[in-house]
Amino acid sequence: MEKIKKITKMKLFLPVFSMLLVMLINVVYDIAAGNAPLGFFAISINNGILYGRLIDVLNRGSEVAILAIGMTLVVSASAGTDISVGSVMSLSGGLCCMLLAGYGMTNVSEYNVPLWVGMLAGIAIACVCGLFNGFLVAYMNIQPMVATLILWSAGRAIGLLLCNSNIVYVRVPSFQFFGGYCGIIPTPIIIAALCVAIAGSVLRLTALGTYIQSVGINKRASRISGFNSAKIILLCYVICGLCAGIAGLVATCRIYSADTNNIGLNMELDAILAVALGGNSLGGGKFNLAGSVIGAYTIQAITTTLYALGVSSAQAPVFKAIVVILIVVIQSEPVRAYFKKMSAKKEAVKA
Amino acid sequence: MKKKLALLLVTAMTVSGLVACGKSEAPTQEAAAPAQEEAQAEDEAAVAEDETPEQEEAAPAADGELITVGFAQVGHESDWRAANTKNYQDTFSAENGYELSFVDCDNDHAVQIETVRGFIEQELDYICIAPIQSAGWDTVLQEAQDAGIPVLIVDRAVDADPSLYTTALGCDMIAEGEAAGNWLAEYLGDKEANILVIEGSVGASATLGRTEGFDNILSQHDNWTKLDSQSGDFTQAGGQEVMESFIKTYGQGGFNVVVCQNDNEAYGAMDAMDAAGITYGVDGDVQIISFDATHDGLQYTLDGKITCNVECNPLQAGFAEEVIKKLEAGEAVDAWTLVKDEAFVAPGIESQYAVTMSQEVLDGRAY
Repeated sequence: MEKIKKITKMKLFLPVFSMLLVMLINVVYDIAAGNAPLGFFAISINNGILYGRLIDVLNRGSEVAILAIGMTLVVSASAGTDISVGSVMSLSGGLCCMLLAGYGMTNVSEYNVPLWVGMLAGIAIACVCGLFNGFLVAYMNIQPMVATLILWSAGRAIGLLLCNSNIVYVRVPSFQFFGGYCGIIPTPIIIAALCVAIAGSVLRLTALGTYIQSVGINKRASRISGFNSAKIILLCYVICGLCAGIAGLVATCRIYSADTNNIGLNMELDAILAVALGGNSLGGGKFNLAGSVIGAYTIQAITTTLYALGVSSAQAPVFKAIVVILIVVIQSEPVRAYFKKMSAKKEAVKA
Repeated sequence: MKKKLALLLVTAMTVSGLVACGKSEAPTQEAAAPAQEEAQAEDEAAVAEDETPEQEEAAPAADGELITVGFAQVGHESDWRAANTKNYQDTFSAENGYELSFVDCDNDHAVQIETVRGFIEQELDYICIAPIQSAGWDTVLQEAQDAGIPVLIVDRAVDADPSLYTTALGCDMIAEGEAAGNWLAEYLGDKEANILVIEGSVGASATLGRTEGFDNILSQHDNWTKLDSQSGDFTQAGGQEVMESFIKTYGQGGFNVVVCQNDNEAYGAMDAMDAAGITYGVDGDVQIISFDATHDGLQYTLDGKITCNVECNPLQAGFAEEVIKKLEAGEAVDAWTLVKDEAFVAPGIESQYAVTMSQEVLDGRAY
């Protein structure tokens, strides 16, 4: 009993519980349909690569998981969201492919410039976008949503311009590698894991995490206690841009082309939702990075579940909304207080 | 110093933003300006000068009276649209006895309405409209009718009383779906089909029409089963993700036909099947049917990977010209003219519903 209580009190309990709840839907469905009850969790090696729904969730959820890292920091430090990440993804992918293919080309099978130049340029432009957003928020004191609205609309447009409004294909195996398979594991999973590991260890091993939370809780007080609040907020936006750049390149390599019209479309909303599902307050302050990443995979688990259940595309958004509402309500303050009260009552009865 | 740098950064971003906006608007202004000038100056060949210089050289007076046609085009958003525009400019040329006033409305409904008003003021003989949006046309169509100018609604539909315009023409998405179904029936013979459908964006007219058309044929065959149908949003990434999931649900060998409602989705589906080790195409276990027949898509058909590819024909000007010729001769025209779409099948397949792909066919494509 003590043990269970300890687990339920852990910070990550609710996000993990929500994700398992989503996956449980599959188990129920599989039993009802007469399939193997744990079919959703089965992982095998097929055609030389890992194969299974769980792998799909991890693989397809990579982009949102990477975005969620940056979004968590931005939300924590500035109590606002960066809505430009989806557009920045498209811009970074567009620039990368444009350089690799050469301007005006739409279909190439060899690089115009070395691969690392294209990749680096894609990530660099994303960082510049982050710098721009961060500058507006931190130094111009513009509300985050308004400041990032500029690149939300302009980022994709610049990407389209770079690609001459075409889908630019780069059909080179080493480019496809980053969206394909590294041995038996899908490369995006490895990239996402690396990003989470680096971000997690930097925040834990250095004082940066504490600084960010401190600025988020009270910007003025932090400044008075000697932190350069504006600089920290700026840094968070640059990290968010960097994450968007990496996510954009992953999405681009997956389809070995810069589909600037569609890459990262509406993904900023998924990233914000991931932060919320992770049990973070969108009002800033304390944050829980692991929660956000789990939130990101929960969103993908919902999508994959809807595919597995064969819910028609027209109705899928409704199911998605119901699941999201349930998760958010479970994590809400009043519901948590209610459960606490119930368990306290039980305890009292026992005593 | 730092502040200056930051200021510079903002300026640079703003300027680049402005440049971006300026570029996308430019074609409208360029195209719209000649149309206005034309109202005052006598009919100079105002057809988008920068695009087709040869039309300017043809002297209008040389071979008598030219038929003046105004065309309010949607914009230039895709290769398909570019091919559509070029087809109109080639068909309604001075050599063929026409003078075309072409205006690229750059996806702006208000610009398009004003363009049509301009055509009415210029008292052109015929007006072709490829409507950007279907609503809001009653007033200007009434104006054209009052001026006695026949209006042809092309490519897309309008929500207006059919009595307000002369005729409409365009592709029939339902017919495209039926063509795919008819070909499949012919190809499979009595064999059974387990079909997976990757739909386009939810609610798009192409999605609705292609689904309805294919389902019409599906319902005539008892041994055809539509296992599942999900939206891939007309994108490669969407097609890939949906196909990955389909493979997990139905397993290798659980399906033998995949219908993708555009070429991009088909590319994604092929990637997913490659990863899972499922063979597809003419020699494979799974037959892919795709729509749009873009250049890349037809290349895959030529390679035998996409077995059947049904086009959405952008070469519509010939049909419009036919209607205008009939009107000139004083004949009655149908309320609706169907632009005929063709289907293409991989080499080695003969079909009464489709053209067998070859390098010549691919090279002969206009887009």
